[in-house]
Amino acid sequence: MNYLLLVYTNEAEITGLGQSELKKLTDEYMEFTKSIVQAGHFKAGDRLKPVTAASTVRVRNGKAITTDGPFAETREQLGGYYLIEAKNLDEATAIAARIPGARFGSIEVRPVWPPMT
Amino acid sequence: LAADDLKNSITAENMIEEIFRREAGRVLATLIRLLGDFDLAEEARQEAFAAAIEQWPTHGVPANPRAWLIKTGRNKAVDRIRRDIVFRTKIADREFASAAADEVGALDDVDDTFGDDRLRLIFTCCHPALNAEAQIALTLREVCGLSTQAVARAFIVSEETMAQRLVRAKKKIRDAAIPYETPDSSVLDQRIEGVLAVVYGVFTEGYAATVGSDLIDVELCGEAIRLGRLLDALLPHNAAVMGLLALMLLHHARRLSRVSDAGDVVLLDDQDRSRWDQSEIAQGLALVDKSLRVPGQVSPYTVQAAIAALHARAGENEPTDWPQIVGLYEVLLRLQPTPVVELNHAVAVSMVDGAARALNLVDSLAARGKVTEYHLLHAARGRFLHQLGRLAEAREAYRNALNTATLEPERRLLAARLAALQSH
Repeated sequence: MNYLLLVYTNEAEITGLGQSELKKLTDEYMEFTKSIVQAGHFKAGDRLKPVTAASTVRVRNGKAITTDGPFAETREQLGGYYLIEAKNLDEATAIAARIPGARFGSIEVRPVWPPMT
Repeated sequence: LAADDLKNSITAENMIEEIFRREAGRVLATLIRLLGDFDLAEEARQEAFAAAIEQWPTHGVPANPRAWLIKTGRNKAVDRIRRDIVFRTKIADREFASAAADEVGALDDVDDTFGDDRLRLIFTCCHPALNAEAQIALTLREVCGLSTQAVARAFIVSEETMAQRLVRAKKKIRDAAIPYETPDSSVLDQRIEGVLAVVYGVFTEGYAATVGSDLIDVELCGEAIRLGRLLDALLPHNAAVMGLLALMLLHHARRLSRVSDAGDVVLLDDQDRSRWDQSEIAQGLALVDKSLRVPGQVSPYTVQAAIAALHARAGENEPTDWPQIVGLYEVLLRLQPTPVVELNHAVAVSMVDGAARALNLVDSLAARGKVTEYHLLHAARGRFLHQLGRLAEAREAYRNALNTATLEPERRLLAARLAALQSH
């Protein structure tokens, strides 16, 4: 089954990191990504630009309305994702726990429906 | 001859019923593994039992009834999956259903690792990805075999609400692919903790119901102890499992003396010790000793059981060993620094060092503001203040306790305490 691992972290915390800390975190992410590629779990994954760059679109009465960003009041923001393949939820959560962001943010683990036929 | 036939059929019926009762849990657990679906497995078990009622009285009970029931249930489910194909139109569905039927049909390890299947079922029902209430409900329904109606009664919700809760939990198991497996050794201890929390939750709900008019729901306590025994059999020599089972047995042994005939609370000091279940106490004491001998960190359940053991050992000629109880609560506070443990520690301290020191401990707990709504904290303050002769404050504390208590028998006890103080 495929699982989408949504990495929620506090953007202010990340942008507040010093050079060497940021480098260390980036290295850890590269190391983690490499390990799940090698183990055959990796399907896709990306880092997202901050929510200040985000827009939200809603269609109401047939009209598309674009607004600034998502809700800024939440403490944690979606900062990136991995799409992985795992044999069950336990394997998926074990992989999620190894994402560096899990140590200071949280990872939402969402099973993905198989494509419709 | 007709009378003989009747007699034979009655004994056959009893025997079949007995087999069903004994095997229902194991048959379901294995069918869930083979079919990969709770609902399909439940239907398959029902059909297998129906087939047994039809065939066993005339053909005789098979040599291995469990294997017969599992095999029959599995075959019925395969038939059902194949039959469904006829009603479906999409080719993709047909291929999927056919593949699923083949997969299930090919499995032939019907007669091994039954113990493991029940353990798998427990770990699946108590999976941390399910919410706490769903874990308890699912365990009572699927592992203990309680009816949805009985589980609903335990939670004081309507049968419909409980049925929906169970459906949602099973849907999550399916949708998120919660595994039907005994967890890896790397997370086993942590997952056992989760299972024990569920068993303990069932027991405490039965032992001290949080709402309603009855103080003890003996059926729930009995189920929790049965679960504890099952876990002890499936995971032998596990310190935490033995500790929890001991704790439950030692408390359950006092069930007849904890409530008066009128349904009122009877406190430990006033309990009729001759009504304590000595066999359960003996089992509990033996388990505490065994659990304490397992190397490694002591489990909080074992410490609580050791405290209960000291209460159980005390008799008319032997005073309760309060200094040792205080020591054990201090161990427990290090393992489990919760307000409830702090409060119990304070009560034990009052028996050794007096009410003044205990009152200090409780006031410092209250000052941290975590438990102002907890009626037992106010009740303990009332007792200490009463012992110190500060009657006006004691009355105030009992009134606060009465305002926050929800269980009828406890409210009656608090009201009686308050009335006794008013007359001073």
